[in-house]
Amino acid sequence: MNVMTSIGEDTWTVAGRTFRSRLIVGTGKYKSFEQNAAAVAASGAEIVTVAVRRVNIADPKQPMLTDFIDPKQIVYLPNTAGCFTADEAIRTLRLAREAGGWTLVKLEVLGEAKTLYPDMIETLRATEILAKEGFDPMVYCADDPIAAKRLEEAGAVAIMPLGAPIGSGLGLQNEVMIRIMVENATVPVLVDAGVGTASDAAVAMELGCDGVLMNTAIAEAKDPVMMATAMRLAVESGRLAYRAGRMGKRRYADPSSPLAGLI
Amino acid sequence: MVYDGTVSIRVNGSHRRVRQGMTLAELALELGLEPTRVAVERNLEIVPRSTLAEVVIEDGDDYEIVTFVGGG
Repeated sequence: MNVMTSIGEDTWTVAGRTFRSRLIVGTGKYKSFEQNAAAVAASGAEIVTVAVRRVNIADPKQPMLTDFIDPKQIVYLPNTAGCFTADEAIRTLRLAREAGGWTLVKLEVLGEAKTLYPDMIETLRATEILAKEGFDPMVYCADDPIAAKRLEEAGAVAIMPLGAPIGSGLGLQNEVMIRIMVENATVPVLVDAGVGTASDAAVAMELGCDGVLMNTAIAEAKDPVMMATAMRLAVESGRLAYRAGRMGKRRYADPSSPLAGLI
Repeated sequence: MVYDGTVSIRVNGSHRRVRQGMTLAELALELGLEPTRVAVERNLEIVPRSTLAEVVIEDGDDYEIVTFVGGG
């Protein structure tokens, strides 16, 4: 049997939209738009996160992100990074919906600048309002299975717990909690933040996450395009390992060669 | 209000004087912006893109004009 046939089509769906790539990448911190576009291509990502900011009125002819990453080819996921209250986040996403014309958005309401840890009270409040206004919010959240349930009930179309603080590159510090959230969720669960290198992304996928979202791990690598490739392979590998079903763990050795017939 | 045929507004936090009777589409043109790439908020209310050519700027208006930029 052909290997690819046995692996089969493996897609995931969020808010009625189906994707093949399980890697979502950010578009911040790159040295240039060219490097950013090359990294996105190497990552195989079908979704990129973007920020909403004031246009540069002093120099409106400056190159723009949309000149390098075509929103018709790659889904732009507007993010509320930098918002510390539900009201700021909602205001940002209303503008994003008008600028882009779509309702799939990433909600992120931060609690404080030092840890960029989510403020779950404000996050939940914003999720409720956004869902009522017709948005499809994918929600950055704490690694709290109960809070995640509340978000789902409020209308979150995806749950996106942090694996470690945003931009820290520490790798998943909370594998047990992430696994519990995956088991409990009825919407996609994606690790959002904390990935530092390829093995971290593989760990997230092996836990059963539907995807991984990252920015700094690629943008701050010495060779971002090569790291984007590594992340694509890691997400694919971790996903396949999860689907394949890993062996059980043993406390002691178990020989791979038969004991019978030993000379 | 100064009676010189202009009105005083704020755009992205900066003060600006524009011709009285100017529409938002005309303001976008004057600022060199591509209207299909931006979103406009007027006094905290979203202005639908389809109405930019109809909305007349009024004295004291406060505008935010935003677009998508790189981010995480």
